[in-house]
Amino acid sequence: MSKPTIIVVGNGMVGYKFCEKLLARSTQFQIIVFGEEPRHAYDRVHLSEYFNGKTADDLSLSTLSWYSDNGIALHLDDPIQEINRTEKTIHSLKGITLKYDYLVLATGSSAFVPDIPGIEKEGVFVYRTIEDLELIKACAVNAKSGAVMGGGLLGLEAAKALIDLGISETHVIEFAPRLMPRQIDSAGSNMLQMKLSQLGLHIHLNKSTAAITGDKKIHSLKFNDDSQLAVDMLVISAGIRPRDELAKLAGLHVGTRGGIVVNEKMQTSDECIYAIGECALYEGMIYGLVAPGYEMADIVAAHLTEADKSFYGYDMSTKLKLIGVDVASFGDAFITEPDCRTILFEDTHKGIYKRINITNDGKNLLGGILIGDADAYNMLLQTVNNKIVLPPDPEDLILGSRGGEANAGAGVMSLPDDALICSCEAVTKGAICSAVNEGGVTGIDGMKKCTKAGTGCGGCVPLVKDLIAGTMKANGQYIKNVICEHFDYSRQELFDLVKINGLKNYDLVLDHYGKGDGCEVCKPVVASILSSLWNDVIVKQEAIQDSNDRFLANIQKGGTYSVVPRIPGGEITPDKLIVIGQVAKRYGLYTKITGGQRIDMFGAHLSDLPLIWEELIDAGFESGHAYGKALRTVKSCVGSTWCRFGLHDSVTFAIEVEDRYKGIRAPHKIKGGVSGCVRECAEAQSKDFGIIATEKGWNLYVCGNGGSKPQHAQLLATDIDKETVVKYLDRFLMFYIKTADQLTRTATWLNKLDGGMSYLKNVIVNDSLGLGEQLEEEMQALVNTYHCEWKEAINNPSMRKRFAHFINAPDEKDPHAQFEPMREQVRAKEW
Amino acid sequence: MEATIATQWIMACYVDDVPENGGSCIKHGDEQIAIFNFTRRNEWYATQNLCPHKQQMAISRGMIGSAGESCEPKVACPFHKKTFSLLTGECLGEEELVIKTYPVKIADGKVFVGVD
Repeated sequence: MSKPTIIVVGNGMVGYKFCEKLLARSTQFQIIVFGEEPRHAYDRVHLSEYFNGKTADDLSLSTLSWYSDNGIALHLDDPIQEINRTEKTIHSLKGITLKYDYLVLATGSSAFVPDIPGIEKEGVFVYRTIEDLELIKACAVNAKSGAVMGGGLLGLEAAKALIDLGISETHVIEFAPRLMPRQIDSAGSNMLQMKLSQLGLHIHLNKSTAAITGDKKIHSLKFNDDSQLAVDMLVISAGIRPRDELAKLAGLHVGTRGGIVVNEKMQTSDECIYAIGECALYEGMIYGLVAPGYEMADIVAAHLTEADKSFYGYDMSTKLKLIGVDVASFGDAFITEPDCRTILFEDTHKGIYKRINITNDGKNLLGGILIGDADAYNMLLQTVNNKIVLPPDPEDLILGSRGGEANAGAGVMSLPDDALICSCEAVTKGAICSAVNEGGVTGIDGMKKCTKAGTGCGGCVPLVKDLIAGTMKANGQYIKNVICEHFDYSRQELFDLVKINGLKNYDLVLDHYGKGDGCEVCKPVVASILSSLWNDVIVKQEAIQDSNDRFLANIQKGGTYSVVPRIPGGEITPDKLIVIGQVAKRYGLYTKITGGQRIDMFGAHLSDLPLIWEELIDAGFESGHAYGKALRTVKSCVGSTWCRFGLHDSVTFAIEVEDRYKGIRAPHKIKGGVSGCVRECAEAQSKDFGIIATEKGWNLYVCGNGGSKPQHAQLLATDIDKETVVKYLDRFLMFYIKTADQLTRTATWLNKLDGGMSYLKNVIVNDSLGLGEQLEEEMQALVNTYHCEWKEAINNPSMRKRFAHFINAPDEKDPHAQFEPMREQVRAKEW
Repeated sequence: MEATIATQWIMACYVDDVPENGGSCIKHGDEQIAIFNFTRRNEWYATQNLCPHKQQMAISRGMIGSAGESCEPKVACPFHKKTFSLLTGECLGEEELVIKTYPVKIADGKVFVGVD
């Protein structure tokens, strides 16, 4: 018997998911997919990321070969024109006629375009597909101002896209009296509006557009109240319309306001035809989110394979980041007294609004809204869905526990096994825990592979991580952060052992505390520990250094190196600038100003490095340690010596601090900043330590970083003098160096530190461990033994000999290191 | 069966040209060969210098070590830390990459590498 044929109409997210779900349940079907767009299914939820550099390929849900690998025939760019229900056939635009046993309509929705005069003008777009985005992108190049019609969820996404495209003046026009009227209440909306206005978005509420004016191209919007707004482009995001035209033509039952009517098995009025996703109308409702669409896909797959599963509506709770502002709404967000009791928290200073609705007896959570800070969303949603009994002080849920020890992990573990953690992929807490217990999963990547949890919208990832950690802990499977297979110790433990036993080289450490012959993980860790303890010249043990530390420069594409001399505080004389220019010219180097106020020279051949440094050292430069896990730079603003606002001399202080800590090895790189007033031009609060001048002295901030997960530094001490700043910095840096795991920046270290900032403050400021003096002495010992590594290297013939590409032909350069011209300089050839 | 192509031994460098427990690169015609002085095990290894992952001439600058219970000797490319067995040249990660290995002999403080 031949396999029954299933034809899927639509290759969007839900259509794709249906194929995946059906394949997981059975391979007894012949699947044929028709898509209207030229691309195979891609992630529409994260569409706006297309504007910050993600490519269409990055957004794809699978590779193109996935379809053929799984025996699926895929017809792209070929919309279905007609369904013949008596013959059970479909006809496509390109003229394909095929017979089906079952038909799945996953036609999705289109943007609703209101009937306004002038809507057809150039410069008016919708925001739905990658093709739409490409048109918007092309138009944005010449546009200075733009507007989005619609202040709902998608409208604000579109506004973000315009900002990302560099439109300097972006407007949002909303017909209703508030933003996101479907998801949040009016107080929340006010807070959101305030935050978005601060970010430069112009918001117009209660505005109804009467006409779009302009000759051929849009020139301005005319409103019902006779006001006008001149814009270069307009994006319409006024809602969605289910794509039900094909169903209508086939005589299927559709809703009066659109949508293909389905039952709880997702069957339409023809039992051989299903409809799923945004085109389906279930009990009068269109579900315009991806998670319910996936659920519908699974229900059809279940029904076709005779498993029992039905659709009973879907939780429309949602959390997203709009232009950097957290917005979440969950459960019954709008219920009001007397049907419930409401707890509100509002902080207009930080732009935070939180509302939770609880039952009148105070036992259960019904729903709520979070603006500005939605960290608690996952846990709150679980509390609603699983009817978890509330603590005696339910305000703790949104304010955090004040006083007493907070315990984030316990909450997650108290969830029932059937609690739905990942709603996109329908993964329960039980499934996640058993992946840890039986599947041996120990991290989020493994969990994604094993259960698919966290692969949809990604919103549940923090919760999944907590569950993995919590389950492992509960098993007594407390995973100590051991360094690698050769050392059964954490970095902190090994640090103490090396110190107590006075071990000075890697082989001794490995013989005493390790096994095997070491590797690329433990060698640099031990090298860093040895350096932080004894501060010997690192190239004396060259073979245990990471490549950058081994050659005292940063390896770049093509195998050449970049050179960064230290420029403390970013202050440099004209003579030194000239030397850098001359050196770069002589050795053919590409030069660029770095983010840390210094100059990087790229493209140096290994054998040229000692020659380059000879010249730099002669001119008074020192190594900048850009290659090491060490202090990089202390950035400064110009301060009170020139700036009319400056309170104190930030440059001098930055130079003093940079000179004090230069060369010291740490678990990861360290950056600092000093600002001469509260305007904070040195961006000190984004650094591992930041010093900001006040009327009375200096404020000291610690544990900030930029990078992929930016985090602001937190205030450690207020209005202290310079000597106290240095004292606290000595203690702070040494404490970090001694206790952090390898490759952990100060921000991550603080996040993992039990007791967090209040504990750190106690150790550093109140000296609660009585370690203060010892930490200061240890730091002073490192400061006293500072040496310029490059000076040591060029003056030692046996060290210097290592800087050659070919050891048997030291004068020859690597012919594979090749360059291409670029803007009057050179760049490395692409790999 | 006897190998039909005789191995030709070339004098690559002196023993102290290669750092202890580290590597150096030598030039043999157009070929670049990475030589490793695994002092800790009193062993020598040689591989191609090109890392097949991103076509970079850098294997000789990588860190060496061992993997697993069997202490398989290995080297990690400094670019993206792809690790290769020094015995077989096979990538120890998930990738299907292989690098060429060469036999090494030491005599009179000199390092000899066997080439085809």
